[in-house]
Amino acid sequence: MMEAFERLDAIAVPMAVENIDTDQIVPVRFTRRARADGFADSMFHDLRFDKDERALPDFVLNQPEWDGARVIVALRNFGCGSSRECAVYALWDYGFRAAIAPSFGDIFYSNALQNGFLPIVLPEAQIRSLIATLQARPGTHVAVDLAGQTVTGPDGAASVFDIDPFRKTCLLQGVDEIGFTLSQDDRITAFEQKRRAERAWM
Amino acid sequence: MHTEAAAPPRTLFQKIWDDHKIVEREDLHTLLYVDRHYVYDGSSSRVAFELLAERGLPVRRVDRTFGAADHFVPTLGRTAAEARDAERRFMIEAFDQAVATHGIVGFGLGDPRQGIVHVVGPEQGLTQPGMIVVCGDSHTSTNGALGALAFGIGASEVCHVLATSTIWQRPPREMRITVDGTLGNGVTAKDLILAIIAKIGTAGATGCALEYAGSAVRALSIEGRLTICNMSIEAGARFGHIAPDEKTLGYLAGRPFAPRGADWDAAAAFWRTLPSDSGAVFDREVFIDAAGIAPMVTWGTSPEDASPISGRVPDPADAPDAARRSSIQRALDYMDLVPGTPLTEIAVDRVFIGSCTNGRIEDLREAATFLDGRKVAPSVRAMVSPGSTPVKRQAEAEGLDRTFLRAGFEWRESGCSMCLGVNGDEVAPGERCASTSNRNFVGRQGPGARTHLVSPAMAAAAAVAGHFVDVRQLADRAGARA
Repeated sequence: MMEAFERLDAIAVPMAVENIDTDQIVPVRFTRRARADGFADSMFHDLRFDKDERALPDFVLNQPEWDGARVIVALRNFGCGSSRECAVYALWDYGFRAAIAPSFGDIFYSNALQNGFLPIVLPEAQIRSLIATLQARPGTHVAVDLAGQTVTGPDGAASVFDIDPFRKTCLLQGVDEIGFTLSQDDRITAFEQKRRAERAWM
Repeated sequence: MHTEAAAPPRTLFQKIWDDHKIVEREDLHTLLYVDRHYVYDGSSSRVAFELLAERGLPVRRVDRTFGAADHFVPTLGRTAAEARDAERRFMIEAFDQAVATHGIVGFGLGDPRQGIVHVVGPEQGLTQPGMIVVCGDSHTSTNGALGALAFGIGASEVCHVLATSTIWQRPPREMRITVDGTLGNGVTAKDLILAIIAKIGTAGATGCALEYAGSAVRALSIEGRLTICNMSIEAGARFGHIAPDEKTLGYLAGRPFAPRGADWDAAAAFWRTLPSDSGAVFDREVFIDAAGIAPMVTWGTSPEDASPISGRVPDPADAPDAARRSSIQRALDYMDLVPGTPLTEIAVDRVFIGSCTNGRIEDLREAATFLDGRKVAPSVRAMVSPGSTPVKRQAEAEGLDRTFLRAGFEWRESGCSMCLGVNGDEVAPGERCASTSNRNFVGRQGPGARTHLVSPAMAAAAAVAGHFVDVRQLADRAGARA
């Protein structure tokens, strides 16, 4: 079941790149794994490792300053592209719990919330300034408070972010939607009966 | 006493949304009924069936769930045993087992209806106007071309739909893209959607449902419309749709799962009520002149990195800001391209024609037009994987297979194939591929592969020339289908 998300105070890693697609986050050849197999090693695999599986020293997550990072900060359209939910599993299994970007791919955003991973949208200017700080002072922490909907950067200033109240409740309580929806089954059945009477072909 | 006020004008999207509401919360989170749910031999279905089994839940509406084997299937054979390796065979067999266990109608390998799930849904008449259609794949919006609300979901949501026949959504913003005027000779639906993405950007419609409208969209065949809606996600939109019209009805009539007799009459009458009302309000409107669109080629690693074929590889130094500059530089490094190079001077090693974007019969006809009596350049390896087995059979009935084979193309079986290479049909590291698919991401067609997205016409012409060419200059051929 989903892990509850309350607050987080952790190293944030900057990735000053736009359009980080889910093919980058998990190359397609890893997608056939079962959830239980784990995806940590597949995360950003082709950016992290060369073809002989040697760590590429230039890649940010191969630099020791960022060990233990749990927040990723990127530019616009993070998680665009393929709907593969293992992009979220990979970030999660590696240790990330939140991502901050000016925008996210819609399906990634939704997949993240289904798995207790918090996608945070902040204005681009704030993100650029946050990235600059993180690059200048590697290992800097960022604090995330879901209940208060704030991100507090190294300068101590809190930025408020928006999140759908329904998803927020699910995250705070660590519950997913299926149980709630199943409790609405009489309404679903009533919808189906009405539909059958009015539009038999559907 | 006041007379009742007329209902406010609604969009196509709002009409279908309202028609599927089961529960609406105060925060507008809405439980929507799902009419069609497509599953396939991929990770989303695999994980979702695992999650379902963990909870001990059945598939609530087997009759609304359909499956197709497409991602991992071999294109050089039609049995799971011919899959590239044991892991891929496992994925195909896991799909067969899941549909068999739950009693889902599945178009597996060897079924004459097999094909890419987004080709199969419309082709079988499963996708119909006014429906909500979901699938654990981001190109599900393809189905929106028939006037359905169709969107891609993740594995957790697939499990939710399997268990409940419903999905929670908050209403997205709505954007309408109106394309008026006439597309020029040699300019296709693929060029139009690439031009749209280049204009609004890959995050241009994030959080939005896209409706495509205007005379140029009306003028497209249903297959052209499927190509447009297919790539909505590449503009950031989960939903992309086009109002149903008489062409839509003509396309659906007689298809295996389309309504018949009195049901058809009732359905058709309902479908005609679906187009957006005049005066319906969209959150954002974009207008595009069809006459200004040229055949397009992507030069970078995002679908927004697209230029008219008459253009050149951009110079990062001309970028408006540092982020864009570094993003262009990264793309050019990966693509091994030099700024200022005319796009027509880029030589290709591979050509791939197929995918849920451009694997339908009209796409194959369009490509074949440029191949009759010509040969693939000696430096190029070219292949076709039709979008479905019925498309393959139709093409063979028309003799298109012989046109491709005589030109030197490989004529493969149907599947997702080289669009993402997950079945083993990969572009080798460093090779450059002209591809009719939908994503030119880093490593999309295989590690180190370099992808240029183009129309089937442009792909065929590049196969012959060995480099990109402006199909408009092959006027004698291009006139056949524009």
